[in-house]
Amino acid sequence: MDVNFQFDWQAAIASLPHLLTGIPWTLLISFGGLAIGFLIGIIFGLLRISPLRLLRWPATVYIEIFRGTPVLVQVLFIFYGLPQLIGGPINAVVAGIAAIALNAGAYISEIVRGGVQSIEKGQREAGLSLGLSRTDTFRYIIWPQALRRMIPALGNQGIVSIKDTSLFSVIGVGELVRQGQVYIATTFTALEVYLMVALLYLAITLSLSFALRLLERKGLVGQ
Amino acid sequence: MNDSQQDSTAPIVTMEKVNKYFGSLHVMQDIDLEIAAGEVVVIVGASGSGKSTLIRCVNGLEEFQSGRIIVDGNELTPHGKGGKSLQTIRTEVGMVFQQFNLFPHLSVHANVTLAPEKVRGLNNAKAREIADRLLERVGISNQADKYPSQLSGGQQQRVALARALAMEPRLMLFDEPTSALDPEMIGEVLDAMRELANEGMTMMIVTHEMGFAREVADRVIFVHDGRIVEEGTPQEVFDHPQHERTQAFLSRVLKH
Ligand SMILES: Nc1ncnc2c1ncn2[C@@H]1O[C@H](COP(=O)(O)OP(=O)(O)O)[C@@H](O)[C@H]1O
Ligand SMILES: [Mg+2]
Repeated sequence: MDVNFQFDWQAAIASLPHLLTGIPWTLLISFGGLAIGFLIGIIFGLLRISPLRLLRWPATVYIEIFRGTPVLVQVLFIFYGLPQLIGGPINAVVAGIAAIALNAGAYISEIVRGGVQSIEKGQREAGLSLGLSRTDTFRYIIWPQALRRMIPALGNQGIVSIKDTSLFSVIGVGELVRQGQVYIATTFTALEVYLMVALLYLAITLSLSFALRLLERKGLVGQ
Repeated sequence: MNDSQQDSTAPIVTMEKVNKYFGSLHVMQDIDLEIAAGEVVVIVGASGSGKSTLIRCVNGLEEFQSGRIIVDGNELTPHGKGGKSLQTIRTEVGMVFQQFNLFPHLSVHANVTLAPEKVRGLNNAKAREIADRLLERVGISNQADKYPSQLSGGQQQRVALARALAMEPRLMLFDEPTSALDPEMIGEVLDAMRELANEGMTMMIVTHEMGFAREVADRVIFVHDGRIVEEGTPQEVFDHPQHERTQAFLSRVLKH
């Protein structure tokens, strides 16, 4: 070990303006992907508990494939593989958002399924017995309660997906890790820069945790 | 839509040769039953004899495999193919459950206004008016802004009663409404039900409260292994049971 080595705070601080240019891309890919993934998760999570087997099994196939393969392989497949099929290039940011959406969507489907199934069957019976349609029973009674129970697991998935976007430096998206690599290539200050990169991820994920905790606490009334 | 409303002598509930199975378990065996408007019918029987299943068939929470059920002129057919008439029946039949089944994410007030607004299409002001009146009637008006979890069991069950009454049902079903309550809260729920019976509501009640049954029932039905074994006035069934199953059941429940 080099006992003379000094952690260079100035170099760390100096890298910040460059690193910050990666943040919008990291946020765009994670939250864009998560938003679409949430929609996918609602649709496939509900298909998964459909009484019709014909609707259940495509959902199961989708979920198993995208949970069972690495998100890195998924994005490589979309970015390098798909263009061969469709005969044109795919934008790297679009590929990143798609990979997060499909991957998080598979996990969120399971979160949605578990959340909906966790609601006591008496709730549905009470709604139906009042004359509410099955759709209204779901919309006004089951779903609001299920959504509240899903918040911790959704937060967890959000954090995982935000961190997953760091892999997309390999397809050249100018996100946080990519900006770090570019910066280090000229300054050779890997220790300082990667520490800053790590702290920036932490800032994003902690903000999300905090926001969700507020949401959960607001939702506690009546539970 | 509703043939029977012109004909006030027609029964509100008619069950003809209704059979139901859970897998190979024959839980309702050739059930024939008629309930007149304004009648209060108490259903008694051992645990597992099929009492809940019987009343849950009336509002289509359970399907049956053969026979027919007509509720206020609307017919339910086997295998849950009620369609439009199932929906109509559910808006006209209220139900109170053993476990209350209040909506925990909604205030007491919103629990009561939900169905009038979404099913009857009432505006919020009109629905609130109905809810205020019913909550006052069951003695909960000062708790209307609370959530169900902030109420005692007895209060929750009275809210559940108000919630069902807000749809102005023609028939009320009760499935052991006091069985999940602490003993000191049973009375307040039975009082509210007694009041409803006195006002002429048609009621089907599954209960183990024999004193209450004797007092409010026009007719008592004893169910054993999915069959109606005996029925009659409370005096007939409780004081002079004809069937040995009824005698055995009564000697067991009246002992404690
Ligand atoms: N969903 C179900 N699936 C299978 N068996 C059931 C179901 N519900 C009730 N049963 C059975 O049907 C019989 C009658 O049940 P139930 O109507 O609940 O009786 P009771 O209300 O008189 O206690 C019991 O043997 C019970 O175990
Ligand atoms: Mg029962």
